[in-house]
This record gives sequence, structure tokens and C-alpha cells, in this order.
Amino acid sequence: MADEPRTESALPLERIPFMQRLLDNPFMLLFIGVVVPTVVYILWGVMEITQIPLAK
Amino acid sequence: MTDAAIPANVLGTLAAKFRTCPATGLKVDLAAERLIKANAVAAVVFLMIGGIFGLLVALTRWPAVHLLSSDMFYLVLTAHGLDVLLLWIIFFEIAILYFASAIILSSRIAAPRWGWVAFALMIIGGVMTNIAVLQGDSSVMFTSYPPLKAQPHFYLGLILFAVGALIGCFIFLGTLVIAKEERTYEGSIPLVTFGALTACIIAVFTIASGAIILIPTFLWSVGYISHIDTLTYKLVWWGMGHSSQQINVSAHVAIWYLIGAVTVGAKPLSEKVSRGAFLLYIFFLQLASAHHLLVEPGLSSEWKIVNTSYMMYLAVLGSMVHGMTVPGSIEAAQRKNGYTHGVFEWLRKAPWGNPAFAGMFLSLVMFGFLGGISGVILGTEQLNIMMHNTIYVPGHFHATVVTGTTLAFMAVTYLVVPLIFQRQIIWPKLARLQPYLFGLGAAGISVFMMGAGTLGVARRHWDITFPASDVMLPHGYPPMASLMMGLNGLSAILAATGGALYIAITVGSILFGKKVDASNAAASLGPMPKKIVRDAVTKYGDAGTWHLPGTYVLVALFFTTFVLYYFVNWKYLSELWPMQ
Amino acid sequence: MAIFPPQTRIWWNEPVAKAELVWIAVAFLWGLFMFFMMIYWHIYGKQNLSPVVGRIDPAVFEQRTSEFAEKFKVREEGNLGIPVAKPTAGGDAYMLARTFEWWPVLELEKGKSYKLHLSALDVQHGFSLQPINMNIQVHPGLEHIITLTPTEVGTFGVICNEYCGLGHHVMTGRIYVVEPGQGR
Ligand code: HEM
Ligand SMILES: [Cu+2]
Ligand SMILES: [Cu+2]
Repeated sequence: MADEPRTESALPLERIPFMQRLLDNPFMLLFIGVVVPTVVYILWGVMEITQIPLAK
Repeated sequence: MTDAAIPANVLGTLAAKFRTCPATGLKVDLAAERLIKANAVAAVVFLMIGGIFGLLVALTRWPAVHLLSSDMFYLVLTAHGLDVLLLWIIFFEIAILYFASAIILSSRIAAPRWGWVAFALMIIGGVMTNIAVLQGDSSVMFTSYPPLKAQPHFYLGLILFAVGALIGCFIFLGTLVIAKEERTYEGSIPLVTFGALTACIIAVFTIASGAIILIPTFLWSVGYISHIDTLTYKLVWWGMGHSSQQINVSAHVAIWYLIGAVTVGAKPLSEKVSRGAFLLYIFFLQLASAHHLLVEPGLSSEWKIVNTSYMMYLAVLGSMVHGMTVPGSIEAAQRKNGYTHGVFEWLRKAPWGNPAFAGMFLSLVMFGFLGGISGVILGTEQLNIMMHNTIYVPGHFHATVVTGTTLAFMAVTYLVVPLIFQRQIIWPKLARLQPYLFGLGAAGISVFMMGAGTLGVARRHWDITFPASDVMLPHGYPPMASLMMGLNGLSAILAATGGALYIAITVGSILFGKKVDASNAAASLGPMPKKIVRDAVTKYGDAGTWHLPGTYVLVALFFTTFVLYYFVNWKYLSELWPMQ
Repeated sequence: MAIFPPQTRIWWNEPVAKAELVWIAVAFLWGLFMFFMMIYWHIYGKQNLSPVVGRIDPAVFEQRTSEFAEKFKVREEGNLGIPVAKPTAGGDAYMLARTFEWWPVLELEKGKSYKLHLSALDVQHGFSLQPINMNIQVHPGLEHIITLTPTEVGTFGVICNEYCGLGHHVMTGRIYVVEPGQGR
């Protein structure tokens, strides 16, 4: 999107801001949306479960 | 019907056929349309089955009625959770994904054949699990916590269903790619499609979690694995069980925007803010799976607090933003439409006779006030001690998933039937009534279950009277608890009536409704505001647009209720026995 | 409209209205408050779930609970003779969950703290103390040690609120709380 072909008549198109490019990129969003819960919720949680000590 | 085949593609299989929608001018891919129809019909059928089960459950939990035997009760409750929460909701969501990609973007759908594979897998899986439950040997609740063990085909059915749904998600993503490549739209995808994308992303995580945990559980049920750790199962299972509720939230918020747009011409006040709110969902909403593990031994408070708060309540922030921008965009549109008197003329003169609008607005208000607030309370680490596994929990999620999601899905059906099935709604008078009837009943079941829960009544429990003949150490709940469960039963009858009406109207319209064509297309969408100015909001952040006193009042009311209820609960907590 | 693409090519730079910003700020601060409230309660509040948990063989837990019940038994109750155990004030107390009972019955003294050991022998159960309405999940294989201080005298029911099988609704237990130095 950022490097759309420029039309001769218009002024050079303004560069699309980073956040808008992120929001326009479904696969980047998919990546973030899967990684965040996998790390923060699943991996961290599983780590804690494996570290439960033996009862005295 | 104006079947205009686009120039036959060289690869015959790729040639998509389109018609032009007489109401919106959108190009409708016929293959997508057929898939939407199939998934929507399947959804409605499972809602019907699951709804009947729900009524039976509620009537059993009404102490004066106590309808089913205990074995039947647990069987039916397992089936209820399964059919409504998984099958009804996810079939409908797949229909929404196809609609929000192919139809809204006027694109051809990616790989329609795979769409049918997905559909077949979901049907086979759904039916298989239902059979397992109805055979009676799998009354393990839809959560199926080991070491409770169901029949292998219970898990296998769920796995097939999940794989099908996952394929549906990838078809949605594929369609986004196609639409972009074939330039069926300019710039960024519409907000509604972005909301659907949010739902799809959450769905991918959800389904992956489900597969990760159900596959070993299936192997365990057939004897290949000897042991499933109870806590790990629960952790990963809720990655599916709760995240799937977050799919619902994203999907029904998208639908709120959609219905606002179609019925009163509402436009997002700010694309940036609304999309930013969805982005917060993508980042953090799924962490809330921890809500179900707050009184679990073996997980640290750090883990619990970070996850249950969706990383410092950032996803709640997203919801609170939608809670303002959705009514705000409607108010702005209605003011542009000319309803400018006082604080609430825009709301009073909204198209309340249009079931799509009425259902949508009721869904918005009840989701926020009943479901949202109770959800944050339940999800507060320590407050959860007072509510975990009481019937407060089903009370809360009937507010989210029934008055919120289900009602929003019902509302959008009143647009989908004319737009996609191209049939007019039969019995418009009854259709007007339907969202109110169902909404009232569903609000009743939510509120009364929450009420009983604060009195300690357990969820998933056949008999709360504990007769001395059955139990060794009888216990009595306060009489108020039985009253609450009775009122819950009455509300269930209302909700079931509203639900039955919805099914009758939908199925009746699809079969017998008058055909929609160019001559009656606009009228088929139901009553609209008397005055309507399309493109209601002209500019973002435009001062004129931002005179929204009604929305400010609603938001202030919401916030006050939220804060008060929050502190009341801490006060109750401080009165419990000290515990460290 | 929300069903059409944004009208401007670059919508991210559109100004956001003041009212919207105010609401975002309020909601954000409220979120922070709620977040820190949980932490605050860990430091100053009195009702927090104990972090003391260990893995245990259910058979071992059963053994320890029977020894405990034997040692502190003050009487029996019910037609099946469930022991009522009265642990020393400030000491350890055991209660196990199995389909479909909480065992044994406990008798505690008001205002005294006890280390309550909870675990399940077979499937998961839900410890639900009524009418106080305190609810804790109980797993087989995990021993959870909770320091509990009853603050009122009376008879309290323990119900199971995690579905644990077809007899789930008959699974009850009991805790008596008496004045210090007195029995029932
Ligand atoms: C006619 C409408 C409905 C009625 C009367 C109804 C009633 C009930 C009742 C009384 C319970 C039992 C609570 C308990 O004993 O623990 C229940 C559970 C449940 N309901 Fe509904 N419900 C309805 C519709 C729905 C819908 C539309 C959904 C989802 C979209 C839903 C999702 C659930 C779930 C997930 C459970 C929990 C099952 C479990 O604990 O395993 N219900 N419902
Ligand atoms: Cu139990
Ligand atoms: Cu139980």
C-alpha cells in the first residue's frame, strides 16, 4: 500500500502512517493475535504448572 | 435476479458468478451466497435444538417444577452447552465471515469447494458429538474436564468440527487477499470487515488451542495415552472455551456497526478509534481465558492478574470505546437525519419497529450493562472467590452470549434474509415483537441466575434442595434462592418463546417469504427512520458531529453503574472469612 | 458507512474528537485502577487464594486425611458415621473430596486460623462453603493448603460446585464453627 503507483497529476502521495499499515495487514495482525496469547497465557501458564513442587 | 457471469475465466473452476444486490448495489458472489445460506441454516437448526435443551434445563432447575431426572438433566445440559455455544454460534460466525469478506467487498470467495468441505466437516463433527451425548455415556458437560471421560466420538466430533471451522477462517483470509489483488475495493477494508477479521484472528487461536488439547484427550479416551494433567487440560481448553466467546464479541460488535450503518445510515465517528479498539481485542482479548482459572491451585497470582486483566484491562478499554462509538455513531446519524431535539429525540425516534435495529440496540445495552460489568467483576482475581462455579457464571454469560451475541445475530438475520436469501420477512408484526420478547426473557435468565449465584447456588446442579433422603449432610439455601430459580424458569419460557418465534419467522421467510427484487428491495429491510440522510456523518472529528449529549448520558450512566457495582463487590469480599 | 472503505486514503491521521479522548482516558485510568486494586488486595486485603500447592499422590493424601480424622475425631455423624474432626486451633486440618462426599466433617473454633489441606481423590470437585459463598477448585493430585480463619459461629455447608459425575448434587460436607474452648 505504501508504495502505490503515483498518478502524474496528483502531488506525491503522502506515506501511509505505520499504524495504518499495520491495521491494513491481516497477516501481521494474525501473527500478533496468535503469538501474544500463546506466550502470555499458554506458555507462561504451562511453565507454572510444570513447576508445581511435590507436596511435603 | 440479474445473473451476470463475469467473462469466463481461463481456468473454468475459477469463474465466479455474480448477481447485483438490488438494495445495496453490492456484487454478490453466488458461490459465497450459497455457503452463507448453508451455514446460516445449520446455525438456526442447532439454535432450535439447543434452545429446547436450554428450556428443559431451566425448567429442571426451577425447584417447583424439577422436570427432568438427574441423569437426563446432566445429559441435556451437556447438549445445551454444546449446541448453542459451539454449533449455533460458530456456524453463524462462519456465515458472517463469508458475508463480511466476499459480499461486503464485492469479491469472489476464495476456494468455495473448500468452503463445502469445511461445512461438511462441521456438520459431521457436530452431529457426531451430539450423538455421543444423546447416547448417554458422555454427560461430561461441554467442558469435558478429565478425568471425566466421554466416548471417543465425543472428542472426535469436536475435532472435526474445529478443523472445519479453521478452514472457514482461512477461506475468509484468502478472500481478503483476492479482494485486494483484484482491487474490488479502494484503500482499507471497511470497518465491519475489520471487525470480522478480528473475530477470525481470535478464532484461529481458539481453534488451535482446541485442537492441541482435544487431540490428546481423544487419544486418551481410546487408550493410547494414560494420563491427561487436569490443570494443563483446563488451561489449554479455556484457550478455546473462553476465546471462542471473544470471537463472539468481535463478531457482534462488527454486526452492531453493520446494522447501525444499514438502518440509520450510521458511519464510524472515527475509523482510527474504532479500529484501534479492535486492535486492542486482537492483542489482549484472548488472555481473558484465565477467568476460568482464578481459584485454581497451582497458577501464580502474577499469571492470574496479568491474564485476567487482559494486560491491564486494555481489552476492556476496547469494549468501552465501542460502547461509546456505536451509540455515538447512531446518535450522530440520527441528528444528521434531523432528530435534533433535546437529548434523546434521536433515540426515541429511532426505528424501534425494525427488528434489526431493535435487536441490535437491545443487544448493545444489555451486553454492556449486564454482561460487561458482571464479566469484569467475575474476572477480578479475588472477587472470583465469591462466584466461581456458582450459577452467577451462567447468569453472566447468558448476558454476553445470549442477550449480546445471540440477539445481535438474530437482529442481523432480519437483514440477511432479504439481502442473501432474497425473501421478505413473513409476519412483520410478530417480527417486530420478537427481539423484545427474546431480549426480555434472556435478560431475565441472566439477572435471576446472577441473583441466585450471589446466594451461593451452584451451577450445573440438579437439585438445590438437598433432601435429607438423598444427602448425608443436608444444606439449605435461603428461600430467596428458590424464588430466583423460579423466576429464572419463567424467564426461560419467555426467552424460549422469543427463540421459537425467531426460528419460525426465519424458516418461514426463507421458505414462503415474498421474493425480493429491485422493486421492493429497500422496503424489505424493514421500517427505517422517517427522515434519512445517507452518509450521515460527513467528516471525522467534525465539531458538528460531535454534539452527542445522549451518548454522553448513556456512557456516564454505564460508568457509574460499573464503578458502584465494582466497589459493592469488594465490600462483600471483605466480609468473607480471612484466607491466605 | 461501516460497510464501505474509509473515505479518506489516510484515516489514521484524522483528528479524534475531544469527547472521545476524554472517554478513552477515563476508561484507561479506570482499567489501571482495577488492575492495581488486585495487587493492593494481595498486600492489604485478607481474602486471597493461598499459593501453597504441591503435587501429591491421591493415595497418600487419603492416608493422611484418615490419620487426621482418626486422631482428632470427637464424634460421628449421619447414618454412615462420618467422623467429625476437631483439629487443634492453629493446626492442620484435612478435607478430601471424592465422588460423592467431602470427608471428614470439621469442627473449628471461631477466630482461630487453620491450615486447611484440600485435595481430590478421583476427579475435580468444587469446594463451595455456604452460606459464606467461598469457592475453590479442587484437583486430584494437587494438595492446596489454605490458611482459613472462621469469623462466625454456626453450621456451614460444603457443597460441590464442579460437575463431578451423576451424583454431583448429593455431594455435601460440613464445617461447624464453635466458640473457642467449647464443643457442640
Ligand atoms: C431459550 C434460551 C435459553 C435458556 C432458557 C437457557 C437456560 C440455561 C440454563 C438454565 C442453564 C443452566 C445453568 C446451570 O445449571 O449451570 C444454561 C446453561 C448454559 N447455556 Fe443456556 N439458555 C438459553 C440459551 C442459550 C444460548 C443461546 C446460549 C449460547 C449462545 C447458551 C449457552 C449456555 C451455556 C454455554 C451453558 C453452560 C452449560 C454448562 O454449564 O455446561 N444458552 N442455559
Ligand atoms: Cu464433587
Ligand atoms: Cu460435583
